[in-house]
Amino acid sequence: MCSETAQRDEACCDYDSLPISGSGELVLWGRQGAESNCPRFPFDRRTFLKTAALPCLATCAFGAARAAPGRMPLAGAARENDSRFVVEARFYERLPYKKIKCKLCPRECVVDESERGYCGVRENRGGTYYTLVHSRVCTAHVDPIEKKPLFHFYPGTMAFSVATAGCNVNCKMCQNWEISQVRPEQVRSTYVPPRKLALLAKQSRCPSIAYTYSEPVVFYEYVMDAADAAHALGVRSVVISGGYIQRDPLLKWCQAVDAVKVDLKAFSEKFYKEVVNGELKPVLDALVTIRRQGTWTEIVYLVIPTLNDGDAEFKALSRWIKSNLGPDVPVHFTRFHPQYLLTNLPPTSIATLERAKSIADAEGLHYVYIGNVPGHPAESTYCPKCGRVVVERLGFTIASLHLRKGRCEYCQQVIPGVWPA
Amino acid sequence: MGSALVDKSKVVIARDTMLRGSGGSVDSGRLLKLLDRAMQSLYSTDTAMEAWGKLVRPGEVVGLKVNCLAGQGASTHPILAEVIAERLRQVGIKDIVVWDRLSSDLERGGFRPGVKRPGIRYVGNDDAGYEDNLSVYGDVGSRLSRTLTRTCDAVISLPVLKDHGITGVTLALKNFFGAIHNPNKYHPNVGDPYIADVNMLEPIRRKLRLTIADAIMAQYEGGPSYMPQWSWPFNGLLVSRDPVAMDYTGWKLIEEERSMHGMKSLEAMGRKPKYIETAADARHRLGTNNPARIEKVTV
Repeated sequence: MCSETAQRDEACCDYDSLPISGSGELVLWGRQGAESNCPRFPFDRRTFLKTAALPCLATCAFGAARAAPGRMPLAGAARENDSRFVVEARFYERLPYKKIKCKLCPRECVVDESERGYCGVRENRGGTYYTLVHSRVCTAHVDPIEKKPLFHFYPGTMAFSVATAGCNVNCKMCQNWEISQVRPEQVRSTYVPPRKLALLAKQSRCPSIAYTYSEPVVFYEYVMDAADAAHALGVRSVVISGGYIQRDPLLKWCQAVDAVKVDLKAFSEKFYKEVVNGELKPVLDALVTIRRQGTWTEIVYLVIPTLNDGDAEFKALSRWIKSNLGPDVPVHFTRFHPQYLLTNLPPTSIATLERAKSIADAEGLHYVYIGNVPGHPAESTYCPKCGRVVVERLGFTIASLHLRKGRCEYCQQVIPGVWPA
Repeated sequence: MGSALVDKSKVVIARDTMLRGSGGSVDSGRLLKLLDRAMQSLYSTDTAMEAWGKLVRPGEVVGLKVNCLAGQGASTHPILAEVIAERLRQVGIKDIVVWDRLSSDLERGGFRPGVKRPGIRYVGNDDAGYEDNLSVYGDVGSRLSRTLTRTCDAVISLPVLKDHGITGVTLALKNFFGAIHNPNKYHPNVGDPYIADVNMLEPIRRKLRLTIADAIMAQYEGGPSYMPQWSWPFNGLLVSRDPVAMDYTGWKLIEEERSMHGMKSLEAMGRKPKYIETAADARHRLGTNNPARIEKVTV
C-alpha cells in the first residue's frame, strides 16, 4: 500500500491524469503541447509561477470529464484478452499436488490450484504460478515527484505514475483501496507493455516512471521489465512501496530501479499486525538492504492519531533510522486523513506532526519533513550545516533552489540525494 | 438461524448408500427423496412440501449459493441444485438464481450458465458486479455481490463438505467468501475471525434461510482442490438452519474420517477451524458450536 493517493487530493492541485478510454487506450489529458507543464530543473521564480499555474488550468479544463481511477463498476471489467497480462511469476516454489509457495513477499502464501495468493493478483494454474497484472495498468497520472514524495530525487520534475490492481497487505487507512484491495478483473485496466510505458513517459517529458498508488511488489515482474525498457530510453524508475518483500527479489529490484520510497507505517509489530495485516521486521530488513545496495531511499511515516503517534515510538523510530540507515535518509511525517476502514479517527493535528519532527531532529536526523500540510516550513530542505533553505517547496512545487551539483550553494555542504548533473 | 441460541440447533444428516446408480452418477430420484426426508426432519413436518412452505414465500427470488471453485469432483453437484429448484417451484418460487463468484467457476462445476432453463438463472458475481460501498464488520471490509444484495430475497447455501488447506474446513460459513470481492484477504490466521465476520454482514445474516451441504462426495484432506485419493463417498446431505452447528458437525465428520485413515487432527496440523468458535461467541452469535446444544439427527 502506498500513502500517495491516486485520486484528487484535497490538499493540493491535481495534475494531469491519464484515464482509460472506453476503447481501452490511455488518454493523455491536456498533455498535447503542454511542454511547459513539465518543470525543468533548475528553474527560476518566473518558471515556477508559470509551471504552477498551468497544471491548475489543466485541472479546471479537464477535471469535470475526468474519470476517477478505480471507481469503475466491479463487473466484467476486463475479461477479454486477459492472457496478455499473464506471465509466469519469478519467485515461487512448486509443491506436491500442484500447490505452490510464493516467495515474493514474506507472507509466503501456499496456494492451491485455481486459487490466488493474498495479493489477489497471482494465481496457481495447474501448478504454475502466474502474475495476472503484467502490463495491466489501472491508473496512470503525471505527478510531481514531490507527490510520491521523493524530495531528494530530481526535484521539480514529473513522474509518469502507474499502478495495477492489488496489494500484499490490507492497511485499514489505505487511500487507494479501490484499486489496491481489488482483483485485477474488478477494475478497468488497459494493456501498457514495458516499452510503451517507457515511450509514454518519454513523450510526456517525464524523466522518471513511478510505480505507485497500489503496491509495486505485487506487480514486480512488470516493474522489472518496465524499468529495463525505461532505462534503454534514458527514463528512470522509482518505486513507492510498503517494503514488504523478500530479500532475493528486493536485491534484484535494487539493481533495476533508481529510488525506493518506503512507507514505514509504524514502529511496532502490534500496529503492523492489527492495522496493516503485515509485519514490521521484514520491512526494517528491507530498508537496511535497500540502503546497503546504495539505492536512493526515503521514508514516509503516516502519523495516525492514537495508533502510532506516541513520543516513545517517534524516538525509537528515529534512533533506529539513525543507527541502521544513517542520519541522511529523508523522513516524511505525513498527515493522516480518515479513509477506508479508519473513518472513526480525526485528521492528524499539525502540532502532532511538529512534535514528531522535533523528536526526530533532536535524535540527529538531518532531513525530516512534514507532509500533507501545504505551506508548512518543514516542506522545504534545509542545509544541516548552515541551516539555510536549499530547496524551497510550496506544496508539490519548487519555489526556489539553492543547490549546485548536489551541494548547498551557501556553504558547499553535500546534500545527499540524486540530483541532475 | 435466529432461534439457534434459544432452542437446540438441529443438524440433519441424511444418507443413502444407494444414492449413486450403477454407472456412478447420482440418482436424481433418490436424491430428491433424500432431500425430502431431510427437510421433513428438520422442520418436523408430515410432508416435504410443508417444510419448503415454511422456508420460502411464493413470489420470492431465491438464490442458491453454490461452491464451484474446485471444479467437478469437489463442487456442489448441479443435480442437487436441480432437485432443490424443483421443490422450490412446487411451492411457488418462479425465480431461482444459482450463483457463485465467477461464471467460469459455475461452468467448471458443471453448471451451464448459457443454457436457458425456465425459472432458473446462473449468475457469476463477475457478471452481476459488486456494490460500490463497503460493508464492514469487525476485521472485514468488503463489497458484496449484487446478486446477494439486490436480486435475492432469500438465500439457500449449498456448500461442499470438505477439508481446507488453510482454514481447516470449508462448509457453511466459508461459503460466503463467494459473496465478497476480496476473499483472498481473509485467509490468514486460519480464517479467524474473518470468516465469522463476513457472515455478520447484514445482507448475509438477513437473507440466509437454510444450509444444505453437499456431502455426496466429501473430502478429508487436500482441499479445497479436488483430490480423489482423499475423497470419500459420504452419500449424503447435511441440512441445518444454524451455519455454526452445521460447520461444527461437518468438522467432526472430517476429523473422524481423518482419524480412520491414520491422519493427524486438523488442530495437530495447525489448522483447527477456530473461526467456528468465534462465530458462536457473544459478539457474533451466529449459532452454536456447543455439542450439548446441537441436535444431530440422522435420517
